[in-house]
Amino acid sequence: MIPGVSLLEILTVSTLMFFIGVYGFVTRKNLITVLMSLELILNGAAINFAAFNKYLYPGQPDGQFFTLFLIAVAAAEVALAIAIVINLYRRILSVDVDNVNTLKH
Amino acid sequence: MEKIIFYILSATILLLSLFSVTSRRLLRSAVYLFGVLSAVAGFYFLIGYHFLGAVQLTIYAGGIVVLIIFSILLTHEIDHQMEQPGLIRSLGAGALCFAGAAMMINLLANNPFQRQELAEQSDINTLGTLLLSSGDGGFLLPFELVSILLLAAMIGGIVIAKYTLGGGKEKNEKPTP
Repeated sequence: MIPGVSLLEILTVSTLMFFIGVYGFVTRKNLITVLMSLELILNGAAINFAAFNKYLYPGQPDGQFFTLFLIAVAAAEVALAIAIVINLYRRILSVDVDNVNTLKH
Repeated sequence: MEKIIFYILSATILLLSLFSVTSRRLLRSAVYLFGVLSAVAGFYFLIGYHFLGAVQLTIYAGGIVVLIIFSILLTHEIDHQMEQPGLIRSLGAGALCFAGAAMMINLLANNPFQRQELAEQSDINTLGTLLLSSGDGGFLLPFELVSILLLAAMIGGIVIAKYTLGGGKEKNEKPTP
């Protein structure tokens, strides 16, 4: 535990980070910035896992494993998303969410 | 001392993530994201999870941010400025996020967390043994599943990025004599 810092302070920071990510996810129109907001959301969740492990259940490193797997899944997701963005840019020369409607037709 | 470092890290995380979702320049936004991810790694180091901090630094700050910067440079002009979101949209999103954050923090503040008083096990030996054990508290199955997921993502990424408009077959066909 960090001396003098309660669990609630860490959870507050991670909650605020999560909702800043949600704000970016809603307001941004560029696919790459939407992806970056997604990274913020995932990181906010990962801090929670580590903090719960450290403060509440120190006997087992389960929270660390969850964080590790979360990072691995995030890496896989980013690789696929970047591939989609590059392919999309080749097709329609734009990565704006508004212009992406090829699945409609 | 740790308290001061924690507050500095928290301020860095919050400010830089706010800059990252509001900056009009894409590349700057990515650099702010790099700062946020490094500060999160610093937080992991601060609570003593050194392996987690190292993984965060190498995969997130080293891999994912570089990938994002690559894709930005491939698809945008370097001095491209994005348009600001509309006033109604940003106000609505801000109100939504504020309400959500207030509700979450209220719930967390009123929740009685109970600490299990056990000896801490977080050294790298325990971590490695448990990650490859199929016994009690072992994580062998998720470990193997993640390796399959990463393989699938790798192949999927190659296939999607390689796909061209004409189906990608013309280049491979040899001209018939």
